[in-house]
Amino acid sequence: MGRRLILTGNDAAAEAMRQIDPDVVAAFPITPQTELMHKFAEHVADGDVKAEFVLVESEHSAMSATVGAAAAGARAMTATSANGLALMWEIVYIAASYRLPIVMPVVNRALSGPINIHCDHSDTMGCRDTGWIQLYSENAQEVYDNVIQAVRIAETPDVLLPVMVTFDGFILSHTAEVLDGLEDNVVKKWVGEYKPKYSLLDTDQPMTFGPLDLQDYYFEHKRQQVEAMRNARAAVKEVGKLFDELSGRSYDMLEAYRLDDAELVIMALGSTAGTTKVVIDELRAEGTAAGLLKIRCFRPFPELEIAESLKNAKAVAVLDRSVSFGAPGGPVHKEIRAALFGSSGVGLVNYIYGLGGRDVSMDHIRSVFKDLETIAVKGTPTDNIRFLGLRE
Amino acid sequence: MREKAWTEIPIGGAIEEAGNAETYETGSWRTYRPIWNEETCIHCLRCWVACPDSSILVAEAKMTGIDYEHCKGCGICAFECPVDPKSIEMKLETDVDKS
Ligand code: SF4
Ligand code: SF4
Repeated sequence: MGRRLILTGNDAAAEAMRQIDPDVVAAFPITPQTELMHKFAEHVADGDVKAEFVLVESEHSAMSATVGAAAAGARAMTATSANGLALMWEIVYIAASYRLPIVMPVVNRALSGPINIHCDHSDTMGCRDTGWIQLYSENAQEVYDNVIQAVRIAETPDVLLPVMVTFDGFILSHTAEVLDGLEDNVVKKWVGEYKPKYSLLDTDQPMTFGPLDLQDYYFEHKRQQVEAMRNARAAVKEVGKLFDELSGRSYDMLEAYRLDDAELVIMALGSTAGTTKVVIDELRAEGTAAGLLKIRCFRPFPELEIAESLKNAKAVAVLDRSVSFGAPGGPVHKEIRAALFGSSGVGLVNYIYGLGGRDVSMDHIRSVFKDLETIAVKGTPTDNIRFLGLRE
Repeated sequence: MREKAWTEIPIGGAIEEAGNAETYETGSWRTYRPIWNEETCIHCLRCWVACPDSSILVAEAKMTGIDYEHCKGCGICAFECPVDPKSIEMKLETDVDKS
């Protein structure tokens, strides 16, 4: 039987990490990730975990130590936010390029400047081309479930890519929710023993990580990463199914909410998906055919499933919690526009919202559905990149 | 050697075989070439200890020459050589008569 828990998002991630008990965790504190590692440090101090906990002097070092540990054959984890992730940048790419199945919770926070500690997705959206798998979480339950699933996704033999499990800073990281936890031995058995493909410490198979890779083979290694990302689609789905059998909670790349007959659809990721569900229930009661298509897995991007899921929609609003300066819309919108290329008849609009933790209320979501009523009739508007909750 | 396709090589740039740097010739990167003078060499092997590319050739505890297929011309051997005049001298590759 499961356990009912009351945990913040940070504590939910730390609880999952306690149960996974990785071999090595290297970390440096940054708001709003700090409490996650405080909690994990408590587990280390209390002897609840066997993990080697490495306190480093920067996030660059945190990711470097994690990469070193993973290359040595350890199951390795770290966690960060915003500017910390930015400082890791160089090594974030290297982790994916070396095909190290690291799992990293990222507590979403706006990138400076001006300095801000609150939620938006500029940090992880900036990482969308680093070669990491990205899972976005709607609530503390999903934080917990995603961290556990991430281990198996990352370690899938034809994938071997690192996974970021993201969740909204403060909105999820610092608010307590009731969730269902699994028993320790159940998680331990389900994630299983880690058998690394390569280990620098394996003296029977001496090998090299990270040699120079020039015009002759670098391109081939990138092609392998492309393939691993393709394979990750099946892995995310398969692990989601297996997790359903374990916990009764099913996961896929997307989650549809009252979508089947929906004409007006919002697409969102993270905690805003939850707010949107509440508004949809209200609108449905009022007779509006509103629905949600939530993106859980942004990398790899489920473009075919999105095109299929939206085939009955008349108007779609994509909510982006980050800006792609100079680009035609936010990062999520651009990809959905590409996914819908060729499917005529659906009006598409983009809302940039919630930057730096700007609150997104149910009224905001309602106003988007209101706009969609017009767009459903008139098609994609000329001002298709809009700002929600901005003082004009 | 035929260059392999992306499906034929280890992932992540890993090299699964130990010591295969020997087959990867890096000597063409050199700007300066160490020239060894056997006459003045006292075979102290400081150059052998210091060379970062294992390019000092030694047989029976005596220096026997330099492996120009792997030497990158860093000059450490010449710097460390204790005899005066030095037994290893660095010369611009373009000034070396290779005939
Ligand atoms: S120049 Fe550098 S690489 Fe070449 S033999 Fe001397 S120490 Fe070794
Ligand atoms: S350091 Fe100089 S003297 Fe010593 S072995 Fe090398 S070349 Fe000869």
